Amino acid sequence: MHQVSEVQKNEATQPAPAIVESATFQQLMRQKNGFILPAISFCLIFYFALPILTSYFTILNEPVFGDITGAWIFAFAQFIMTWTFCMIYSKKARAFDRLVEQIKEESK
Amino acid sequence: MNYTAVALFAAIVGLTLVITYFAARKTKTANDFYTADGGLTGAQNGMAIAGDYMSAASFLGIAGMIALAGFDGFFYSIGFLVAYLVVLYLVAEPLRNLGKYTMADMIAARFNASKVRGVAAMNSIAISIFYMIAQLVGAGALIELLLGIPYTTSVIIVGILMTIYVVFGGMTATSWVQIIKAILLMAGTAVISFMVFAKFDFSIFKMFSEVKQATPLGDSFLNPGNKFKLPLDTISLNLALVLGTAGLPHILIRFFTVKDAPTARKSVVYATWIIGVFYILTIFLGFGAAAFVGSEDIIAANAAGNMAAPLLAKALGGDLLFAFVAAVAFATILAVVAGLVLSAASAFAHDFYSHILRKGLATEKEQMTAARLASIAVALISMVLALFAQSMNVAFLVSLAFAVAASANLPVILLTIFWRRFNTGGAVTGMVVGLFSSLILVALSPNLWAVDGSALFVGEALFPLTNPGIVSIPLGFLGAIVGTLLTKSNEVAGNFERIIVKANTGIDAATEVAASKE
Repeated sequence: MHQVSEVQKNEATQPAPAIVESATFQQLMRQKNGFILPAISFCLIFYFALPILTSYFTILNEPVFGDITGAWIFAFAQFIMTWTFCMIYSKKARAFDRLVEQIKEESK
Repeated sequence: MNYTAVALFAAIVGLTLVITYFAARKTKTANDFYTADGGLTGAQNGMAIAGDYMSAASFLGIAGMIALAGFDGFFYSIGFLVAYLVVLYLVAEPLRNLGKYTMADMIAARFNASKVRGVAAMNSIAISIFYMIAQLVGAGALIELLLGIPYTTSVIIVGILMTIYVVFGGMTATSWVQIIKAILLMAGTAVISFMVFAKFDFSIFKMFSEVKQATPLGDSFLNPGNKFKLPLDTISLNLALVLGTAGLPHILIRFFTVKDAPTARKSVVYATWIIGVFYILTIFLGFGAAAFVGSEDIIAANAAGNMAAPLLAKALGGDLLFAFVAAVAFATILAVVAGLVLSAASAFAHDFYSHILRKGLATEKEQMTAARLASIAVALISMVLALFAQSMNVAFLVSLAFAVAASANLPVILLTIFWRRFNTGGAVTGMVVGLFSSLILVALSPNLWAVDGSALFVGEALFPLTNPGIVSIPLGFLGAIVGTLLTKSNEVAGNFERIIVKANTGIDAATEVAASKE
């Protein structure tokens, strides 16, 4: 089926199921899911560790550097974590973009 | 009256009206109105997202909370920032690829049923209006405190300005107001933070040890637990903060202002850096206010601590810096409410009018008229509600907005792009359950009930937590899943293949059966 309705701004001449089954699209989904889901899970666990530790334990109330307590250090670590994972995603996504370009070429 | 402040307020009003004038000349089609023709760069949109997001509640509220309660106030800073990882990793790019003008567009790309679009639009309107009432009530009180202009007049001034920006300048004017506000807010915060840091001889250690001696809380100032006593309440708040942002309609519509998904991604990266730096600086604002203003004076000016940052500016830099910070707070409010008007109006005009009522057949001119009328209506409704809510403590409306966004919007957004079996029944159930569980739990919570009469109603709260997220977010997911499983399997599950292709690549592929689209 290679016909395209005129209403759509259609870039593809291949139907969606054919694109989904293509090796390149499968590779894109494998790479994306293999990175995104573990990474975001880690970030959320790291994030919730802070309120859980501060709510149910007092271990983070101990001063670490001078008067700066563990809770503040862990809080700053959340900022570092966010920026780091932001840049990692940015870098990974460039590889995703290349696959997307390839899929666009192939689906024409 | 502080004449410098009045002059700076007038300058901000003048500048934003000039922007609106030029934006109005570029706002000719519905696409211009809703998305600024998708013409923003990643950097511009990143700044606009930051400007849209960092509300007066962040600038004044968090500074006050840190000054008065220490670490607990900083939880907001962390949650508001980490939330952008959820936006970046899961939502921004699929949303850009699937949607057109509104969040409902994204869901409707898969389930093209009026009821799905209608419920999604209803949620967007509810969230935007809750958020806006909180902003307007805060704005009225703040301008009254800062300039001595009466509450009612202040709300009306802000209401008229936000209406003018949106009605004439649409998304272009809104975006540039937000960009300018982001620059002003970062500049103001950086200047104060630098002055605070200089007072502590640029030593973090000195700052921490001197601040805890300066506050009545002493050692415990630096420890969590001064504000949030119930562990579950802390966790619940954090859940709503980190998951809510990715469901806030006024943030989501910003991703339609760029040309493609990679640019949407770049804008989140820019926004994350700006927002992160800002929230780090809230420590300096809060600590500075605790040390150089003192909790007694902060509470005397405003019990919730909202005057901490302006008072700190006054203590450090006299009337001039105070005027500048007051003007920054004013710009902050204007930028946020303009974004909220636009998001509620787009749900009314684009989702309800153009799609549900006119089945997508409205002409360009009719769409523009509808969008402008909806903006005026939204602004009027919010102003009236804000005038009635003057004496109420409405701070909880912001957390309610985050809770509804996390409970009603996020589950459906995620399941739309990740779950093959998801269907219209599940989408509708998920959104309805998420919305009403948040509303009902807040209605039964200590936000509205207090035995000592400090809340709206007198009595024991039936739901013990101030934030409903820990119950309502799982209920939102559960509603979507159970709703899907209970509706007949032949109910439209949308074309999942088409959706994952479009969400991940932007390719608008035909379905196997000859494509017929809205």
